[in-house]
Amino acid sequence: MAGLELLSDQGYRLDGRKAAELRKVQARMGVFAQADGSAYLEQGNTKALAVVYGPHEMRGSRSRALHDRAVINCQYSMATFSTAERKRRPHGDRKSTEMSLHLKQTFEAAVMTQLFPRSQIDIYVKILQSDGGNYSVCVNAATLAVINAGIPMRDYVCACTVGFVDETPLADLCYAEESGGVSSLALALLPRGGQIALLQMDARLHQDHLESLIEAAMTACKGVSKVLDEVVRQHLQEASVLTRE
Amino acid sequence: MKDTPLSNCERDFLIKAIEEKKRLDGRQTYDYRKIKITFGTDYGCCFVDLGQTRVVAQVSCELVAPKESRPSEGIMFFNIELSPMASPAFEQGRQSELSVKLNRQLERCLRNSKCIDTESLCVVSGEKVWQVRVDVHTLNNDGNLMDAASIAAIAALSHFRRPDVGIQGEEVTVFSPEERDPIPLSIYHMPISISFAFFQQGTFLLVDPCEREERVMDGLLMIAMNKHREICSIQSSGGIMLLKEQVMRCSKIASVKVSEITELINKALFNDRTARKAGRKCGFAESLPQERITALKTDQSEVEMTDVSERASDIIQKAEAPPPMAASPVLPAPGVGQVGHGLQNTWGLEEDEEQEEESSGEEEEIKMEEEQREKDKTTEAVVEISDSEEEEVVILYPETTKKPKNAGSSSDQKGAAASKKRQKK
Repeated sequence: MAGLELLSDQGYRLDGRKAAELRKVQARMGVFAQADGSAYLEQGNTKALAVVYGPHEMRGSRSRALHDRAVINCQYSMATFSTAERKRRPHGDRKSTEMSLHLKQTFEAAVMTQLFPRSQIDIYVKILQSDGGNYSVCVNAATLAVINAGIPMRDYVCACTVGFVDETPLADLCYAEESGGVSSLALALLPRGGQIALLQMDARLHQDHLESLIEAAMTACKGVSKVLDEVVRQHLQEASVLTRE
Repeated sequence: MKDTPLSNCERDFLIKAIEEKKRLDGRQTYDYRKIKITFGTDYGCCFVDLGQTRVVAQVSCELVAPKESRPSEGIMFFNIELSPMASPAFEQGRQSELSVKLNRQLERCLRNSKCIDTESLCVVSGEKVWQVRVDVHTLNNDGNLMDAASIAAIAALSHFRRPDVGIQGEEVTVFSPEERDPIPLSIYHMPISISFAFFQQGTFLLVDPCEREERVMDGLLMIAMNKHREICSIQSSGGIMLLKEQVMRCSKIASVKVSEITELINKALFNDRTARKAGRKCGFAESLPQERITALKTDQSEVEMTDVSERASDIIQKAEAPPPMAASPVLPAPGVGQVGHGLQNTWGLEEDEEQEEESSGEEEEIKMEEEQREKDKTTEAVVEISDSEEEEVVILYPETTKKPKNAGSSSDQKGAAASKKRQKK
């Protein structure tokens, strides 16, 4: 595996974490005044900005409107300076279109869209720095932005990538681990009910290991949800202190 | 053009059927449709029928410069083309969501699982490698394009032979198939994608959804696996909430289906090889069934008949006894057509009577006239009554009671004939 030892004999990973340890998550809500909701989230070295507009009336082609629920419109883009090699196109290639689709799907499952018929909710996410787990960081940031916009959701949506090395599941992969040929699984979870909003896996993995990997991913997601909950509560406290006077 | 939306009736019907664990084409929940794999005359051309869904895959290769990041690896390229031929919903020249989804899933299924040895595709490191291109075209969409495309792609790759190359110093020669036998690709394993459709927020699960079922489903889970029970990719789509147990169950079903399909592909490859060796005819023209006038013929679908007789008798027993039907004494006015109620045939009788008529002469005719007058009276009276027929209030005139009751239902002429007969007696 390219000579890289992803998990040492002592049970430490490349960046010194334990197998089930997450990277440090830091987040802020309401970073922009213009948008209805916004959030900035760092997970280790991966940084993402999420902005939410809506629910508002349908823009563009009205024919896309759904009579019984809101349409969710997502756009995922990566800043040209986000990767080691400068990116030519920030969005529009197959991979980012797919990522936009996945984000859309995740939030269609989580947001209570049936409360806003014939309207539209826009979620724009931008990766400022990419260091693995792009999808999960985007989902986490977008969740905070949606909460900031005051759009009702069934639960927090928390996402996490999990890898599998030497019979051990590794939580929250960084870029070096992701590109090191590990089979990785991305999972978006609604932690309270244990429902999976999105499940995606690449590379080979024996069927017998699937259960333990999903289990590890769910635990990691629950860890993320705790952090997000704290961020939201802190934001609320700050906001209420400011508005009291 | 947008697809015609499904009517609410049809949607409800489909969902109801699924709730009762029934499918439109008579399959069981975990059944696949009939899979047919055929190969073209060229190497690397494969035709897959999955029920009515039909796709064709063509593999081609060319010598290109490798990617800078991987100088000693060949390049794999996959493309699924959703041509408007397959379905009116597909538009030409636009990357739809579905097409992105299918393309990425196929890429993930075949490239990321490293099922093909890309290093063996290197000719001169850093300068020339083979680029293998897999084009999958959809010809007819009857649901589950992904599974059909993945089967077609892997079967075409296994069938494909690339030209042999020789290197002498700096020079690279590509030999034509006549000079040297072309070389097959080295394939480590065969990942095959299996689709599961979820209904009613994940309560119901179906394997291999057809087009109608795809339209009413809530979400889809695609699991790509090989026969060694290694999962090559998982992808959920559509806004459904899955539970871990459901995923595990799907993966178990997938492993069974994959081993069946792999066997099928191997058998098809073997058949094609033997046919080629024996110099028999092969290719599409041979494999396509002769469908001229019967092109639109549909296969008879199986209908569950196991407990039909029981259920029928059950219904009969439970049903209320029908109200006693008084044969209506209504005689239609002359000249009014009426549908017969299936009485015994009186044609023969009439013929006899005609003969009698001829013999008996004028007397009869006078009687008939009288008859006719009488009858006109009765019919007039009864026509008035006929409005109240529903309430079953029937007033009978003494003349009419004498007649056989069922006479009313037969035609005017017959009634006349019958009464005539009685008078003779």
